[in-house]
Amino acid sequence: MVFLALLDGTVTAFVLALIALGLSLVFGVMRIVNVAHGEFFMLGAVLSWFAYHWTGDALWGFILALLVAPVIVGVIAVLSERYILRKVHYNPESTIVATIGILYVIQQLTLMLFGPEARPVEAPIYFRVVFPWFGYSGYKLLVAAMSGLCLCGVWILMKRSKLGLYMRATQQDHEIATTFGVPTKKIYASVFALGGGLAALAGVLVVPIRQADHLMGLEPLLLSFIVVIIGGLGSLRGTIIAAFLIGISDGIISVFYEPTLAKMLATLFVVMILIIKPGGLFGESPQ
Amino acid sequence: MNKKEEEKVDQQSELNLSRRTVLSTGAALAGAGIIGSQLIDPAAKTAYAAGSDEPIRIGFQAHRTGIGALYGRWYERTTNAAAKYINSIGGIAGRPIEIITEDDGTDPKRGADVVEKLATKHKVDFVYGTLFSHVVMGSAPRAGELKIPYFVVSEGYHVASGALNRYVFQPCITDVRSQITAVANWIFSNLGKNVALIYPDYAFGYDHRDYASAAAAKSGAKITAKIAIPPTASSFTRYFIQIPKNTDVIYHVMVGPGVLTFVREMGEHFGSVDVFEHYGSKHLKLFGFIDSLEGVNINSPGLEFLDGSHFWEAMPRYADGYPTAAEKFYRDTVGIDDSGASKSDSKDVAAYSHMFGCWETLFAIKEAVEQSGYKSKKDYQTLIETFEGFSGFNEGIAHPQGSKVFSGKTHQCYGQQFVSQVKNGKFNVVHRTSIADGMYEPETDYTKKSL
Amino acid sequence: MRRKSLKYALFMQGGVLLLLFLLQFFLPAYHHSSFSKIMILASYAIGYNFLLGYTGLMSLGHAMFFASGMYSAGLSIFYFGFTPLEGMIFGTLFTLTVSLIFGLFALRTKAVSFLIVTLMFGQTFYLAILYYNEFTYGQDGFSLTDYLGTLSILGKEYLYSDPAIRYNFALILLASYLLITTLIVLSPVGRILIAIRENEPRTQLLGYNVFSYKLFALTFSGTLAGISGAMHALLYSYIGTTFAEIHHSISPLLWTLLGGAGTIIGPLLGTGIMFYLIDFISGITSNYLLVVGVVLVLTIIWFPLGIMGTIRQKWLKWLP
Repeated sequence: MVFLALLDGTVTAFVLALIALGLSLVFGVMRIVNVAHGEFFMLGAVLSWFAYHWTGDALWGFILALLVAPVIVGVIAVLSERYILRKVHYNPESTIVATIGILYVIQQLTLMLFGPEARPVEAPIYFRVVFPWFGYSGYKLLVAAMSGLCLCGVWILMKRSKLGLYMRATQQDHEIATTFGVPTKKIYASVFALGGGLAALAGVLVVPIRQADHLMGLEPLLLSFIVVIIGGLGSLRGTIIAAFLIGISDGIISVFYEPTLAKMLATLFVVMILIIKPGGLFGESPQ
Repeated sequence: MNKKEEEKVDQQSELNLSRRTVLSTGAALAGAGIIGSQLIDPAAKTAYAAGSDEPIRIGFQAHRTGIGALYGRWYERTTNAAAKYINSIGGIAGRPIEIITEDDGTDPKRGADVVEKLATKHKVDFVYGTLFSHVVMGSAPRAGELKIPYFVVSEGYHVASGALNRYVFQPCITDVRSQITAVANWIFSNLGKNVALIYPDYAFGYDHRDYASAAAAKSGAKITAKIAIPPTASSFTRYFIQIPKNTDVIYHVMVGPGVLTFVREMGEHFGSVDVFEHYGSKHLKLFGFIDSLEGVNINSPGLEFLDGSHFWEAMPRYADGYPTAAEKFYRDTVGIDDSGASKSDSKDVAAYSHMFGCWETLFAIKEAVEQSGYKSKKDYQTLIETFEGFSGFNEGIAHPQGSKVFSGKTHQCYGQQFVSQVKNGKFNVVHRTSIADGMYEPETDYTKKSL
Repeated sequence: MRRKSLKYALFMQGGVLLLLFLLQFFLPAYHHSSFSKIMILASYAIGYNFLLGYTGLMSLGHAMFFASGMYSAGLSIFYFGFTPLEGMIFGTLFTLTVSLIFGLFALRTKAVSFLIVTLMFGQTFYLAILYYNEFTYGQDGFSLTDYLGTLSILGKEYLYSDPAIRYNFALILLASYLLITTLIVLSPVGRILIAIRENEPRTQLLGYNVFSYKLFALTFSGTLAGISGAMHALLYSYIGTTFAEIHHSISPLLWTLLGGAGTIIGPLLGTGIMFYLIDFISGITSNYLLVVGVVLVLTIIWFPLGIMGTIRQKWLKWLP
């Protein structure tokens, strides 16, 4: 029982880390909270359905979605960065209001084009892993593995590439970075696109385990808020550690407590962390 | 279908109401209030021509968006089909019927505003068609204040519990309490006595929890676990872990966008060999309420494990489950094929165990208007009193799901229920309850409340 | 200047209120009830604006206060047989306590963290209502229709749901909110709050206890929201979690921003415009929330000051 809770929690943690990573990057580099982040995730899932529907084949649809969805969402992210966020000068509070607006726009446009119902997307592979007294979805394990790969990818990008260097420089001090010739405007756009693309990628990976619907963005948004806060606003390592902490403890807690109570306690816990330690558990600096 | 055929269908369906059912429902049905057979009145067409052109306006509070959207779509299709058919046979009391639809977003706050808008802006005669129980709870007080009859198709126990007001009726769909009362004993004696309940974590689910527990206590069965799942959950494996090993039967009911995932993960968790493979050292059986699978194709990948398991249905999804002429006529008119999907798109599976309530409720309104001589809003009192005087509705084109016993005290009907087993990728009816199986003592008396 | 400002402001608000009072005799039924609704919701927004517009604290959890007023009034009437007046008083005191305690914790954080803390607290409150469903009736909520009784005015009995009662109660609520916030905003306390909004560290340096002023603003704003909620419970006799959801926290933010944060009359205008905009759009399409999104984005880009804020900047400098 505890083993299964751990297993399920680990899968949740991987997915959660991937979703929260984008939010964390955006917050870290740009110092803004993107409330529309959950909608980027939702778009990934919905685009995945379109890919599946269009190709008519689970595997090819999945591959197509994997390649195309992050790009499309990235473009949408860049456009909203260029025409909305830049216009409000990345003022933290205005950005929140603006991204709430973007949230509604994306959600309602999806409702128009996609319809209100939840639609299933077939998994590219389907097998059941059998343990002595219960079974588990093989695809879920695959999702965890692929999320892990993506996380590594982002990590390498941040530490080894020029873009990553620029991003880290901008994160530390935006003005000094500008003086040293870092094209901060372009960096902002790429970070926002990268954040959106990661969320979309998570959406594509997750959708075969659940279904695509236009309201699915809210829950991952709240969860990744929790993760990002506990991990320390803007700290990548913290985000990943926190995702595992939350994913696994959520898996275990909800086995023993009633789910609503578990959620309540988790939310309250986050609030307390923010109040006592505004920088988060692994935060580099309180802002 | 011409009129001769319609009459034939109606007679046939009446024959279908088995003698046992009629007897078991007791004297209630034998009363003078039984109606329905005169519904397709040969004189109706002439009456329409002679009647007023002023339509009867029915405000339809629809869940076009929000978590109820799947049901909303089918409620809307059924409503439009029923209205079209009613108009083709002469309308209501010679007046054409007009449906005015407003979306409530499956939100009680918006729901109350919609009732207000329908009543005061669109000036409808009645408001009708709500499904989700929290929307009914939010909207009913407004209907009561505006003093406009409000006919819901919601399944919730809230009408019969007395929590609402005298303007709210649920005449053509049975409530959860009645459904459970009807099938609980079948579950305990055919599947097993140690039952784990899995239900959504809100009022609709609590009705399941409370009345299933009550039924178990009565018949010596044991509830081994009560697992409430938040409506927003997207992963369910962790809840299945909580089912204890001494369980024989999993009783599951789910609603919302996650239903397919819910059922799939259940399969992944427990397996698929003859009902269920070993769980501990036992064989597990499954009993589901069809809500878990409304709008879902039973042949979706990942659902193979359901083969052999049982479901409650209010109205069999597959045409051979309850092959009466009235059922066939209803199915054709709404545009559903023999496997319960839309005729134009076989992937579009209907909410077949709920939407008949819309069709039947419109006919019940028609009956009440015609019997009470309702002309305009000033006749509401007569209309409501007439309605409260009804003791039931006869099976027929107007009521293809089966006869109903109606209680004027609780504003709620009782009807027959079905238990189906999944075999060879379809639902097969294995048991049909009598109306009496689902009856309980009324807990309220709306007729004593003020108008 | 301030005295003149007060005079003009009261004059203008008096005019608006008089107009609203007279309108009830001419409005057709649907608009009559829409106006009642707008006035109740606008009073909620006015409470919200006190915090956002005059103290510079943006909250995403105000539905918690609205719902706490609504539930405490409603539940006390439902279970303890309180009269509606007692329910209102209880609701007010309860929300006052809730917002005071909340403020003591939440105000330790600033800016974005404050936003997230309010959001999370709001969510916890929402979950708590769901969790204690045996007491609160969870998501379904409950109706007060049978528990309110009647109201006797000049020897005549009225129902709380009577359209005229509803309209005038909403109007009285709105009028008192307008008056009291205007008086506070133009008082020395109001000046300090605005100073905090403009430059918190400097206000601190000047020797003011910023924390207690902020705590006052938050408690006051929360209590106003709670009273609106309690009033909503009485007049509309339905209590449900839909009023505790996140969307119900975003609404007053939208109304206030559109009408003009930091203007007294702005939230009323914003609420009215959004109500009718949504009403109109929902007749055309089910996707009326799209409009909410578009209005939010356009307002924040082009009219960050909102309608009344822009008018004040351009023409009416005295507007409070």
